[in-house]
Amino acid sequence: MAAHEIELILSRQLAESLSVAIFIVDPGGNLLYYNEPAEDILGKRFEDTGEMPVEEWSTIFKPLDDAGNVFPPEKLPLVKTLSNQKPAHGSFWIEGLDKVKRSLNVTSYPILSRSKDFLGAVAIFWTPEL
Amino acid sequence: MKIRVLGTRGSLPITKPETKHYGGNTSCIEVIQDDQLLILDAGTGILRLSKAIIAKQSEFNILLTHLHIDHIQGLGFFKPLFNASNEVHIWGPSSSSKSLRDRLNRYLSPPLFPVHYRDIPCKIHLHEISHSSFNIGKFHIESNYICHPGPTVGFRISNGNSVFTYLPDHEHILGVQGWDIDKKWISGIELAEKADLLIHDSQYTDKEYEDKIGWGHCTFENAVSFAERANVKKLLLFHHDPDHTDKRLEEIYKHLLNQHKINEIELPVELAVEGKSFDLG
Repeated sequence: MAAHEIELILSRQLAESLSVAIFIVDPGGNLLYYNEPAEDILGKRFEDTGEMPVEEWSTIFKPLDDAGNVFPPEKLPLVKTLSNQKPAHGSFWIEGLDKVKRSLNVTSYPILSRSKDFLGAVAIFWTPEL
Repeated sequence: MKIRVLGTRGSLPITKPETKHYGGNTSCIEVIQDDQLLILDAGTGILRLSKAIIAKQSEFNILLTHLHIDHIQGLGFFKPLFNASNEVHIWGPSSSSKSLRDRLNRYLSPPLFPVHYRDIPCKIHLHEISHSSFNIGKFHIESNYICHPGPTVGFRISNGNSVFTYLPDHEHILGVQGWDIDKKWISGIELAEKADLLIHDSQYTDKEYEDKIGWGHCTFENAVSFAERANVKKLLLFHHDPDHTDKRLEEIYKHLLNQHKINEIELPVELAVEGKSFDLG
């Protein structure tokens, strides 16, 4: 069992304490955790989905642009952050696992340790009516 | 590997008759294997290091978990620093902004200390550590950041036969909702896994902790739960609050054993006593 680095642990602890939807991934993009507010938007409890590889989560929520076309995974803010280790922002639609379409604003940032190691990334997201 | 507790107290050293038994010096632990010595933290307890042991060494290794004053305030009074023929290695957690030297300099310089770091006679070697693995003599040491304000590491020390883990300041429970969480999400758990002896922060009762959430310390109850989750073989409750007299510590301990229903055969739990030694083999 390899324990997570403290930065990821603290990120999860913070996520558990907030009412902002938060999604945490490792450096490879694998989903490690999303919190309760995120469950409401994504349409399924984390307990039921568990961890997911990036190929799965970047498509399973069916990201779409305003015209209803597929939103390319590489344009997703979190995927951009994973690629260049810089914050990113974007807006698009998703179809949650509850089949409900929702408009989302997403901001993502990299988790860089004190020694500048790239440990993963965090995305916060919200629906426009919030 | 022999472990001797030189300082058990957190936050402030305390000298009064009511704290005489469990001790009033701040955090410091001596680890010895044959003639190889490690010193963990440099609270006022470092002054209890035996003169006989010091006399045998010309090279010292001080491993600092972090730079809060109760863990370094004995450093300026550590006599080997003032012997020019000695080499002193200080290992401390790296920070994102300032070097270990700059951070130690804040204490080892006027107005807080009369002697400048640069004027200390011995040869000092500073080692910045993070999630690190290194050897000192026969000891293999692993360090990693743990949950406590500021850069703070815990240590896992082994000699090939036994394992000792030192987590003196640790608030792993901060923000955690319940203990059924996957172990890999628990701060410090890998350092403590199956240790023969775990020395762990237990500064507050549950009631005291209500006003101290986020201060970086653990409750007695959560220290036991952590030790159980890490499957350690023995737990020493450490970093006694300055307000906890000997009598109060014993009341808390008795209540803990009753409330937690600790199976002492599976998990022996003790309050850390200044001066007490443990031979881990």
